[in-house]
Amino acid sequence: MRWLRQVALVLLGLACAVAWPADDPHPPGRNRVTLMPLWSPQAQFAGYYVGIDKGIYARHGLDVRLLPAGPGLSPVDALSQGKADFAVLWLTTALRHRDRGLPLVNLAQMVQRSSMMLVSKRSTGIRTIADMNGRSVGLWGGDLSIPVYALFERERVVVREVPQGITVNLFLRGGIDVASAMWYNEYHTLLISGVDPGELNTIFIADEGLRYPEDGLYALESTAQARPAITTAFVRASLEAWAYAFEHPDETVDIVLHRMREARLPANRVHQRWMLDRMSDLMHTPSSDTRPGQLVRADYLAVGESMKREKLIAAYPTYDDFHWSADARDR
Amino acid sequence: MRVTGSIAARLVLVILLSGAVIYCFTLAYIFYESRAVLQREVETNSRNLALSLVNLVDARLTAVAKVTEALARTVEVVEPGEAELLALIRATVASNAEIRGSAVAYEPFAFDARRKYFAPYYFKDTGGLALSRLEDTYLATPYVHSDWYQIPRELQQHEWSEPYYDEGGGHVLTTTCSVPFYDTRNGRRELRGVVTADLSLDDLTAVIGSVKILEHGYASLLSRNGMILAHPVSELIMNDTFFSIAEARKDPAMRELGRRMVRGESGFVRYRAIAGFDSYMYYAPIPHTGWTLAVLFPRDELLAGTVHLLARTALLGLAGLVLLAFAVINVVRSMTGPLRRLSKAADELAQGNFELALPPARYHDEVGALTASFESMRTSLKDYIRDLTETTAAKERIQSELKVATDIQASLLPRVFPAFPERSEFDIFASMDPAKEVGGDFYDFFFLDDNNLCFLIADVADKGVPAALYMMVAKTLLKSEGQRLREPDAMLTSVNRILAADNERCMFATVFCAILDVSTGQLRYANAGHNPPVILDSNGLRFLAMKAELMLGPVPGTEYHTARLRLQAGDTIFLYTDGVTEAKDPRERLYGEQALREALAKVAGQDPATIIHSIRDDLRRHAAGAPQSDDVTMLALKFGGARPGGKVGAA
Repeated sequence: MRWLRQVALVLLGLACAVAWPADDPHPPGRNRVTLMPLWSPQAQFAGYYVGIDKGIYARHGLDVRLLPAGPGLSPVDALSQGKADFAVLWLTTALRHRDRGLPLVNLAQMVQRSSMMLVSKRSTGIRTIADMNGRSVGLWGGDLSIPVYALFERERVVVREVPQGITVNLFLRGGIDVASAMWYNEYHTLLISGVDPGELNTIFIADEGLRYPEDGLYALESTAQARPAITTAFVRASLEAWAYAFEHPDETVDIVLHRMREARLPANRVHQRWMLDRMSDLMHTPSSDTRPGQLVRADYLAVGESMKREKLIAAYPTYDDFHWSADARDR
Repeated sequence: MRVTGSIAARLVLVILLSGAVIYCFTLAYIFYESRAVLQREVETNSRNLALSLVNLVDARLTAVAKVTEALARTVEVVEPGEAELLALIRATVASNAEIRGSAVAYEPFAFDARRKYFAPYYFKDTGGLALSRLEDTYLATPYVHSDWYQIPRELQQHEWSEPYYDEGGGHVLTTTCSVPFYDTRNGRRELRGVVTADLSLDDLTAVIGSVKILEHGYASLLSRNGMILAHPVSELIMNDTFFSIAEARKDPAMRELGRRMVRGESGFVRYRAIAGFDSYMYYAPIPHTGWTLAVLFPRDELLAGTVHLLARTALLGLAGLVLLAFAVINVVRSMTGPLRRLSKAADELAQGNFELALPPARYHDEVGALTASFESMRTSLKDYIRDLTETTAAKERIQSELKVATDIQASLLPRVFPAFPERSEFDIFASMDPAKEVGGDFYDFFFLDDNNLCFLIADVADKGVPAALYMMVAKTLLKSEGQRLREPDAMLTSVNRILAADNERCMFATVFCAILDVSTGQLRYANAGHNPPVILDSNGLRFLAMKAELMLGPVPGTEYHTARLRLQAGDTIFLYTDGVTEAKDPRERLYGEQALREALAKVAGQDPATIIHSIRDDLRRHAAGAPQSDDVTMLALKFGGARPGGKVGAA
């Protein structure tokens, strides 16, 4: 009887494939593009999931596929290897790779300021960056710690660097004095692990004089030049999708949790809601002359100067060379 | 049945209300007391259950920890080569059923100066043991940055990792025991690496997750971060922490409870379960890992038995109260039934039916006593009524006899008017209206001889039969003595002597007595204490001036004296008793002499009958229906004029 069940399953699969035109690898009249987020599914990328699930990309004539992301998977590599048309990168990462010759262009700047924090337990007596001198500090690898290094350099602080993994357990167990944390992620993880905000001392990098915008949408310049209409449509649809996500937080969190469960990741509604709310804070600047998705010229120049000063890059392109837009192409 | 209307209703109400209140208080007391007892028992039971589960988990952890520790010490001491090391790890995994996998991970360049990373890992795979090299599998970030390596390394102590899903072995909830080992040669203590052993938690969490306390109670396991490791709601496991649930529920107290848990405290608390029911929770730490085990006893289900018992007791009580109500109604009916029958009999008794037999009393109780009293009252009343009937009959006989006496008395007074139709010299009229059947007043007139008319008016003190009898005697004596003695003073003196002689009862009479010589108008008169008569003559109206003398009867030997007066033609003398002037109106005001004078003045010159009728009418008007209190007697004589040739002062 086993063969009968197998036949039935095959038939069922065929039926689903027919009844599910979205699974058709080449939907007629839609341009297929690929997007690689920076990290595993979480509300940090809620807008893109919403854009796909709510058909916002489809309305803009796009068939967006998400590439798997997470530890060990580099969106920069995916872009350079042509696996991804678009990717979410930090501004610092993009500038570093542009400096090394990868022709990346910024399509939109989503997160307008750094969300990074240095967190310490109040009981350690650390209040300022200067207090961290000689203490053990958890630091992420890669480009994520660029702003922190810049800050330590500026303050002439020498710390005992401890590579920080993807959890905050080392900090929770008291293995390090200071931990790196994203406001929207690790900070809240500490809270829902039973640490009270009052027990923590927090320093926002953004409050120390440099805004360091983070998540932005990037593509190879060639991609943008070759497919300007699709690129423009992708940026517009992404911004629209984010707006929808912020307007419908409950639905959005449902979508995010679904993605997380698919990826067999711990899916915590409260945590994802916190993350979505913080993304809203980070993507909407208080100044009214900044549109969502805009790369602020002053912020760009400040980051470029800072990285040059830290000798992380030799030079950085002009704002107009770095920031791609359909209008600029016409120029 | 109005509440206040019936004894039965009031009794039932009071007894039932009191009973219900007492019953409710008792029930409430039992409820609170049994709940307290239950709570103490639950605390003991939940502690025992929690500790038994804690021991179950801890025993497993202890076993793995010992093996890991032993492996670490061996590696430390033996400093094995690669082949030896692999054999050692392989044997460790193979010989310990609890251990899913084990690794010996070295610090960079610690095992081999040419190799940066070295971490062989044996694990149980489908179909035997498999070897994996973690320096190769950890591509993105080296294993030295993993929690299982980094935390024991930084803390320099053995550590149980936060549980995680081991995807390599098929999504198994795993925790890793990590023990650092050192280079201890030449008295140094330099970290060389970390030995690990993986423990699958699936069967432990399955045991804990399947604990069922009553209907909905359960056991739960939390990690040091409050992460839910075992719970009947599977979506929560490895997704939610106790604190994220507290945040979702906006429950700071729950967060505080969670902080006590992860601090390693234990306790017994009231807690609103994630499933929404009220519960008692006991929580205790797992000593090895600092995890928390909690057991929840659903409060409602615990109390369900008690509540059920109380409900049944309440129902029984209700039935008892209904029974009590019936009993009370019955008893009260048996008491009030005779009372009602008695009341009905009393009503009939009141109607006058004294022959009625009272309902017999069944018991010698208060009702029986009341019935006896009623019976005695009935007999007394019956006797009394019989006596009364007899008395009334006797009284009626006396009344009828009195009526006869009245008639006789009336017949004694000259009642035919005109009394002397053949005599034109005078006109006389008199009337006597007795206050009772027989009066004490009387009047009389009679000729002593052809010219001398004796007339008198008298008032015997007291009224009724004695007065009438006295009056008879006085009247008879006055007439006989008048005819014998022919002078007023002698008449009165003589009659007084006779009356006073044998007057034990001290009765007396006032008498005005006059003798008119109708031929001359000469009037001789004497007064024994009577009101002075009124003279109506040409000068008008006046009371006859006279010397007042003692009344007849009380004092023996009283002497009376005669006065004289000459009447002219047309003069009228009006005699009356005090019944006239003392006649009362309804407001007890007396008629009085003034009213009499005015009334007489109006009829001056009229004939005596008219005068007397007029005064009687006036008196009736004055009385205006008020009962007559005294005999009213009047006598009027109008002198027509002296006969020619008549002698003055005859007799």
